[in-house]
Amino acid sequence: MSYATQKLAEEKVFKDPVHRYIHVRDQVIWDLINSREVQRLRRIKQLGTSYLVFHGAEHSRFNHSLGVYEIVRRIVDDIFHERPAWDESERLVVLCAALLHDLGHGPFSHSFEKVFHVDHEVFTREILLGDTEVNGILLKVAPDFPKKVAEVIAKTYPNKQVVSLISSQIDADRMDYLQRDAYYTGVSYGHFDMERILRVMRPVEDQVVIKSSGMHAVEDYIMSRYQMYWQVYFHPVARSAEVILRKILQRAKELSESGYKFEQPPTHFMAFFNRTFHLKDYLALDEGVLMTYFQLWMQERDPILSDLSDRFVNRRLFQYVDFDPGKDYRKLGELSQLFRKAGIDPDYYLIDDSTSDLPYDFYRPGEEEERLPIHLLMPAGEIKELSRSSQIVDAISGKRRTDYKLYFPAELLIDGKKKAVKQQILQMLREGGV
Amino acid sequence: MLQEHAKIVDFISMAEGVTGRKKLQKMIYILKKMGVPFQEKYEFHIYGPYSEELTARVEELCDMGFVSEALEDKGSYVQYNYSVTAEGLEFRDALGKSVLADPLQALKLNEKSSRFLELTATLLYFDHLERTEQIDKLHIVKGKLNFTDEEIGQAFEFIEELAVLM
Repeated sequence: MSYATQKLAEEKVFKDPVHRYIHVRDQVIWDLINSREVQRLRRIKQLGTSYLVFHGAEHSRFNHSLGVYEIVRRIVDDIFHERPAWDESERLVVLCAALLHDLGHGPFSHSFEKVFHVDHEVFTREILLGDTEVNGILLKVAPDFPKKVAEVIAKTYPNKQVVSLISSQIDADRMDYLQRDAYYTGVSYGHFDMERILRVMRPVEDQVVIKSSGMHAVEDYIMSRYQMYWQVYFHPVARSAEVILRKILQRAKELSESGYKFEQPPTHFMAFFNRTFHLKDYLALDEGVLMTYFQLWMQERDPILSDLSDRFVNRRLFQYVDFDPGKDYRKLGELSQLFRKAGIDPDYYLIDDSTSDLPYDFYRPGEEEERLPIHLLMPAGEIKELSRSSQIVDAISGKRRTDYKLYFPAELLIDGKKKAVKQQILQMLREGGV
Repeated sequence: MLQEHAKIVDFISMAEGVTGRKKLQKMIYILKKMGVPFQEKYEFHIYGPYSEELTARVEELCDMGFVSEALEDKGSYVQYNYSVTAEGLEFRDALGKSVLADPLQALKLNEKSSRFLELTATLLYFDHLERTEQIDKLHIVKGKLNFTDEEIGQAFEFIEELAVLM
């Protein structure tokens, strides 16, 4: 028996709060789960700074990766198995891609990537193709197998059915994270009938479609996603923590570039400060390491780095007001100057932040839309784009919602020094229109 | 955040307007690959490298009134034309300096067809591969477009030409 088809003597199961059990029979999957690089995902939270708002949201990317694997396993083993439009030889590659799709995520990915100009997808590819335990396991399947898995994750794999199971507007990744994040945050949105959706998924030509009888379950899924984005993922207080985190990393980087002598050398960051990093530097980081540095930086001489670190560690977050950049970008400039007059550095303490989401989009003939729509399989066998049948989905299709906020440290504006200018700042912030 | 918006406004202004969403996506990607500090994150989608962040940013700029989007009906298809408004130019001037060393970079890109830019951007997306692998990959992911050897050669020449301008 080849390594690719080798089964464990006994099925292994992981207890899981979302899917109840995660089933592993393939030796390859078991070996991958036990690799260093997959275990590292236990030390990276799925929702970054959201735990500062939803205290239950401490779950890791490891939980989510197992969840995505389990959903795909059920699709290919229970739903697609022996259907003529599904190529059984793709089973292992799609299972591996599901398990490994988030492998390149780093600690507090969003902020880290912005400050150090790195891309977790590039790291995913490097982990799959470089000198790692994961690569060694995949190579045992076949010499070109690591590349195939990397292509599925990068969405450049020739079989689009396989890609769409991991990455499309209704994929295993989203179906897992919506339910998992809802469970751990404790919110009541995010729930939908996944069992129903899985049962009505069908492989057809180069895509995966949904039998029209499952349309209402898909509507529910799209509305759940919409709610989760605005209630959880874009929560303004979690964004405040994210802003502070980004500014801590930016400050540490700028201090290093200016030759500042840290009390404790930031060894783990040096390769990123100098842009000489390799995969091993990236893999040495996790959220435990970053939090340790934030604790150490609370004692630094630099007042900005120590203050921001203290804010993050002890949850002394920035306040926020709504902000309309189209009308108010000039006032933002005025505010920046007032902050300087008040002795508060606006580069670190006056931060504009935006976030937006498009709940569902469809293909418009002739224009270059890049999102694959969700297609329904109608009773007579024809394919119909979802929003043409669903009024609810049609109502939100193609409609982007954007939210702008301006973050600032309110308590620094009410302490005694430079009172007049601080009053002026507060007045502008209170009046809105900044 | 707004500096990134200003960079896009500046680019559209330097290109003297851009016709087509796909074209704008690919032009920014090509420049980013050439080292121009655009921060938009790209992934591989239907037409090659695509940035959801860029799509969002352009929509925001249209909502703010800094970029105008005009829909042109071409009969069998529609096309979006982007141009910078007077308010957009003020915004650009208030917020920052250009990230392009030479306006010619934008104009050179803009004179190419959407198909050619899709080809060039896709080749750049696979620039971590050996050239033969890069071309093989192009044919796999863009099989339906039947790019000829001549077009591929021109795309590689164009990449070299742009690199000189950087």
